[in-house]
Amino acid sequence: MSKGRFGIHGGQYIPETLMNAVNDLEKAYNFYKNDEQFNRELTALYNEYAGRPSLLYYAEKMTNDLGGAKIYLKREDLNHTGSHKVNNALGQALLAKKMGKTRLIAETGAGQHGVATATVAALMGMECEIFMGKVDCERQALNVYRMELLGAKVHPVTSGTMTLKDAVNETFREWVSRIDDTHYLLGSVMGPHPFPTIVRDFQAVISREIKAQILEKEGRLPDAVIACVGGGSNAIGAFYNFIEDQDVRLIGCEAAGLGVDRPENAATMANGRLGIFHGMKSYFCQDEFGQIAPVYSISAGLDYPGIGPEHANLRDTGRAEYVPITDEEAVQAFEYLSRTEGIIPAIESSHAVAYALRLAPTMNKDKIIVINISGRGDKDVAAIARYRGVDIHD
Amino acid sequence: MIKLNQAFRNKKAFIAFITAGDPDLETTEKLICRMAESGVDLIEIGIPFSDPIAEGTVIQEADLRALAGGTTTERIFDMVERIRGDISVPLVFMTYCNVIFGYGTEKFTARCEAIGMDGLIVPDVPYEEKEELLPYCRAHGLELVSLVAPTSHDRIKTIAANAEGFLYIVSSLGVTGVRSEITTDIGQIVSLAKSVSDIPCAVGFGISTPEQAKAMADKADGIIIGSAIVRIIAKYGRDCIEPVTEYIRSIAAALAD
Repeated sequence: MSKGRFGIHGGQYIPETLMNAVNDLEKAYNFYKNDEQFNRELTALYNEYAGRPSLLYYAEKMTNDLGGAKIYLKREDLNHTGSHKVNNALGQALLAKKMGKTRLIAETGAGQHGVATATVAALMGMECEIFMGKVDCERQALNVYRMELLGAKVHPVTSGTMTLKDAVNETFREWVSRIDDTHYLLGSVMGPHPFPTIVRDFQAVISREIKAQILEKEGRLPDAVIACVGGGSNAIGAFYNFIEDQDVRLIGCEAAGLGVDRPENAATMANGRLGIFHGMKSYFCQDEFGQIAPVYSISAGLDYPGIGPEHANLRDTGRAEYVPITDEEAVQAFEYLSRTEGIIPAIESSHAVAYALRLAPTMNKDKIIVINISGRGDKDVAAIARYRGVDIHD
Repeated sequence: MIKLNQAFRNKKAFIAFITAGDPDLETTEKLICRMAESGVDLIEIGIPFSDPIAEGTVIQEADLRALAGGTTTERIFDMVERIRGDISVPLVFMTYCNVIFGYGTEKFTARCEAIGMDGLIVPDVPYEEKEELLPYCRAHGLELVSLVAPTSHDRIKTIAANAEGFLYIVSSLGVTGVRSEITTDIGQIVSLAKSVSDIPCAVGFGISTPEQAKAMADKADGIIIGSAIVRIIAKYGRDCIEPVTEYIRSIAAALAD
C-alpha cells in the first residue's frame, strides 16, 4: 500500500508507466544508502569535488548592525556550481550510475539545479537534458548558457505558465517516454516517493555540518535556523538534523511575490490548501476546482505552487514555521548582505536573509541564528538591476 | 448506473475521449449525443486540468482552451445532467486526482452518482494509491478503471485481478498522442491479465487510423481513441460535429469488419 508518507502527506500519485521505475529507484536507494563503498564515493565527491564542508561564517558586521542575535551564515553558495543543489545532484547521479542509467533528465527553475545536474553529468560521463520554463530561460539566460557549456541540452518549456511547475510536468512526460536508460534527477524534496526522502537525505549534509560547526564555535545549538522554501530542499537540508532538537526554531521563508493578498505570489503555506499533484499529497496554491494556480515570484527557484510533503507535515505538527517574504523585502536583503558582508546571496536565499533582518533585532545578544545561504547571487544580478530600473547588458 | 462491461457486449468496444468544454460545453454536449448515436460504445468525458502530466500536446492544449473558456467541474456536471437521459452508453469521467480531491472526493463522487455517471479514470492514481478514491467510488456506484502500461510487467496480474469495469492498457511509453506505430506486445499483456481475470481489456494511447484500430482490437476487447478526435475538434472548432461523426463512423466500421 501507499508508501513514503509524512503524516498525511507524500505518497506516489503518478501514472502507472512510472511505478516500476520509482520502485526500482527505491530498492536501489535502500541498498546503496547503507553501502560503505557508495558512501565513501559520495563523501569523496562532496569533499574533493564540491568543496564540502561548506563554511559556517560568523556575520559579525551584520550582527552588530542589527544589534540582536548573533548571526551565522551557512555558506552553501561556496559549493561548486554555486548552490546547495550539487549535494543532491552528486548523490542521485552516483545512484543512477550504480543502477546502470546512462542519461539524466531534470527540471530547473532558476537554473541552479539544472547547472548542478549538467555538471555532475559531465563529471560522470552521462547524457543530460534539462527542462526549463521559457520565462525562466529568459530571466536566467546566463544559467542556460552555463548548462550548454557543460554539455547539456536545454529544452525551453512553452506549456502552461512556462515556469518551474511546467518544467516539472515536461520532465515527467519525458521520463514516461524513456525510462530504461534514464534517471529523473528531481531537484527538490517533492514528487512521488522515494524522491522526497532521497533528496532530503542527500541535503541533510547541510544540517549535519551546521550542527558540528556551531557546537565547535559556540558550544551549543542555535536558537533558530532560517532557510528559504520553494519545493524546500535547502530548507529540509538545513532543518533535518535539528528536528529532534525541540529548542531550535525552524523557519522556512516562502515567496510572497507582490504580497500574499495579491494574486502574484507563490506563498503555498500562507495561501495553499491540501491537494494532490506532482506525485504527492501536500499543500498547493489552487482554485476551488483544484486547478493549480499560476504563481509568481521574482525568484525563479521559489516560483512553485506546491511544497514538499515533509515540510507540509512539519507545519501540521507545528515543528517548523513558515513565513511569507515579498519580492521587495528579498531584494532589499539581497542588497543588504552584499553591502554589509560582501556576500551576494541568491535571490532565493535572500528571502531567508530578509526574515533574519526582521527577527534578529527582536532577539537577545546571547541568541544565535543560522541562515542557510543556499546559493550565490551572480545569476540574479541582471534581474535585480532590472527590478531597480538599471539597464545593464546581460 | 450502467456497468462499464456493457460496452464490450458481443463486439469489440469503441471507447472515445473528448475534453469537456473544448471548444465550449454546448459543442461537447452535441458531440457526446452524436458519438453515442454513431457507434461509440463508451464515452470518456475529460474534465480539463491545468497540468495534465500524462497528456501529449493535443490534449494539453484542449484542456487549456477549455479552462480559458470558463469550463469548470460544476458546469460539466450540469451539462451531463441535462443529457444523461438521452444517452444509452456508459459514461466515465477522465481527469486528474486534484480535480476530484480539490472539489472534495465525497462531494465529487456523490454528484457523479446523482447525474448518472458510471465510472472514473484517473491516470495519476496508481494501484498503490487507489484507496484515495475507491471507497468513495464504491459508495456511489462508480467503477474505478485501472491502467496497465508496457512497463508494468510483474504488476499486471495484481492490477488485473483487482480491476473493475475494464482494464485500460496503455499501448506505448510516453504521453497520449497519435503514433505512427505501436511496438508493445499487447497480446502478452492481455493474456497475462486474462490469466487472472475475465476483465475486458481496452487498448489506448496512439491509435488514430481505422487500420490501427482494427489491429489493436484484434489483440484486445476494445480500443480507446482520444487525441485523434481532439485534433479534429481543434481543427474545426464549433463546426467539428460532422467531421468527428465521419471519423467515428470510419473507426466503428473498421471494428465491425
